[in-house]
Amino acid sequence: MEILICGGRVIDPAQGIDRHLDVWIVDGKIAELGVDIRAPLQRASGDPRPAPRIIAAQGCVVAPGFLDMHVHLREPGFEYKETIATGLAAAAAGGFTAVAAMANTQPVNDTPAVTEFMLRRAAAVRGTRLFPIGAVSVGLRGEELAELGGMHKAGIVGLSDDGMPVMNPRLARRAMEYGRMLDLPILSHCEDHRLSASRVMHEGIVSTALGLPGVLAVAENVMVYRDIQLAALTGAHLHVQHVSTAEAVDLVRRAKDKGITVTAEACPHHFTLTHEAVRGYDTNTKVNPPLRTAEDVEAIKAGLQDGTIDVIASDHAPHHVSEKEQDYTAAPAGMIGLETSVGLSLRLYHAGLLSLAQLIAKFTVQPASVLGVPHGTLRVGSSADVTILDLDYACEVEAATLRSRSKNSPFLGWHLRGAAVATIVGGEVIFERL
Amino acid sequence: MNPIDFRGRDLLGIEDLTADEIRYILDAVPPFKEISERDIKKVPTLRGKTIINLFFEPSTRTRTSFEIAGKRLSADVINISVATSSVSKGETLRDTAENLHAMQADALVVRHSAAGVPHLLARFLPSPVINAGDGAHEHPTQALLDLYTLQDKLGTLAGHTVLLVGDIAASRVARSNILAMQKLDMHVCVCGPRTMLPMGIEQMGIEYTSDFDDAIQGADAVMMLRIQRERHGEVLFPSLQEYAERYCLSAERLRRAKSGVLVMHPGPMNRGVEIAPEVADGLASVILEQVTNGVAVRMALLYLLLGGN
Repeated sequence: MEILICGGRVIDPAQGIDRHLDVWIVDGKIAELGVDIRAPLQRASGDPRPAPRIIAAQGCVVAPGFLDMHVHLREPGFEYKETIATGLAAAAAGGFTAVAAMANTQPVNDTPAVTEFMLRRAAAVRGTRLFPIGAVSVGLRGEELAELGGMHKAGIVGLSDDGMPVMNPRLARRAMEYGRMLDLPILSHCEDHRLSASRVMHEGIVSTALGLPGVLAVAENVMVYRDIQLAALTGAHLHVQHVSTAEAVDLVRRAKDKGITVTAEACPHHFTLTHEAVRGYDTNTKVNPPLRTAEDVEAIKAGLQDGTIDVIASDHAPHHVSEKEQDYTAAPAGMIGLETSVGLSLRLYHAGLLSLAQLIAKFTVQPASVLGVPHGTLRVGSSADVTILDLDYACEVEAATLRSRSKNSPFLGWHLRGAAVATIVGGEVIFERL
Repeated sequence: MNPIDFRGRDLLGIEDLTADEIRYILDAVPPFKEISERDIKKVPTLRGKTIINLFFEPSTRTRTSFEIAGKRLSADVINISVATSSVSKGETLRDTAENLHAMQADALVVRHSAAGVPHLLARFLPSPVINAGDGAHEHPTQALLDLYTLQDKLGTLAGHTVLLVGDIAASRVARSNILAMQKLDMHVCVCGPRTMLPMGIEQMGIEYTSDFDDAIQGADAVMMLRIQRERHGEVLFPSLQEYAERYCLSAERLRRAKSGVLVMHPGPMNRGVEIAPEVADGLASVILEQVTNGVAVRMALLYLLLGGN
């Protein structure tokens, strides 16, 4: 099967390409990028090869396949919230050709057996690729190292106790040393949760008005600083997950200036909403780290602009409607994001804050480089994973049309401008609205 | 003032009320207060209406006050007490609301230890929901009865200074009162240990001092708050003795205040901790009048929301 993507604007930050080119895909690989590719269309009459599928991409952006390096797919253990199949379907619809799935399943992905199970399940879907992230500690309990080497062999591409940050600094140090040896990045959810009585919303003027217990910005900042120090000590690659405070952005910026191996990601909700969104107690606004102040939002945007923040990731966290219909304090934290991430991020482009090349790099080559996976470029010979974007595609976020099994999004009813109109993995079109 | 139609509305917090609406409610209270002073304390105003008191948190004063208020207006009042547990949360809250609606309840009075629960119930219940205290968020009827008591005693509200003392961060009474008093152009000061001060309160235009002896001098009324230890989950002060030394309203401290100062407390009181017994029972205390006015204010509210005639 061959595909010829014609007339699109190809933007591949990994190769520094931004021009109108055709993309020819043969046998699941990128065969050629070129102006006005004719070869597959002008075959001799006796040529046995079937005619290629032509995708007319005029007016669209043709980008390397997008990678969301922070999602929760809930399988095994919480299939009522999401399964690997529904999560990958949501990813495909959102324009993602690959995702990295966090380890907080039941059982936790802390053994090669669970890693292999997840990969088997994903392979059966034949859609968006899944890169498993392994737990740092057994059961995410923060007490002893999980089977890091075994999971590495089984296919994990990073280490994280996301959601249950490693509070014991000695264990955090050992994890970094071990992670460096295996060449695996440490993806750190930075939060000293002992600093907050409970983890409900940002502690500030809105939490005061709503009478809800707060999570301090300082709880994130002190942990970012600790982990940067440990990264400097151990030489490990620290990736700071879902940066939510202005100070954390600045700490990462300064660490990079010093040459410490640190990268960072931001989530669309953290550069789109502030804690004001919590007024009215919509539990779909409950997320950890929480929605913070307008100053924090501005600092995250600045960090995205100047490259301090390398990656945009959704922290897709499905929860069942019955869980979200509890009171705000009792409801679980997290929101889905795979199907709104691109549309929300394109707001930064439409507002003139990021160039398309900058934006696309944060979904492609940069997350691929953090995880060390061969992904995120249209280089000839690489796997044909492609995301085609219509920058002006108008869509409303509606629960009924979301592929995710859960609908816990604070963006329901929002009108977004721009979306993926085709998602191609290994030369197969796995999603399209052309 | 033009009549304001409250029929069918929820009362989830003072935040949702305008200054005019607060004044309108306060002005509606006196005839209902008079009913309670009669020998036969009952009028047929809400006959045939069903009011449900749904209390997820223990309460004596507020629940009884609502019950008496409803009964004096001839409504049928049903009390439901639910022990708060993880089991009684979740979808049960929505189910509870929808079941009560299915039984044609005309109003729901709800108290819960978590902020926002009345808002959640109101989304599923078309009839009025009255917040009788949600976590550390709001307790709007308490603020209304406090304002009524202040107005009754001071003649006017605007320009007068109220000092709230103690556990501000955990207090829904403080939040509702601060909002209500600011809307009616009163001057609000808060006093207490820094550990009990919610983040960002200075941005709300409120004066704070940790020095009670200093703060009490300018106050027209002093409202003492109970230490909400059940909400803390941590220790916010070294010892009760030290707390009382700094923040108990003693007779000696009260002497530093203006003459005619009012002493208030939303109850329940911890005598000897935040208020000395002789002050609670003293001439400046209007604590029991707050309780009496509470019934009248709640009668007025039920009348306005349920559209009695």
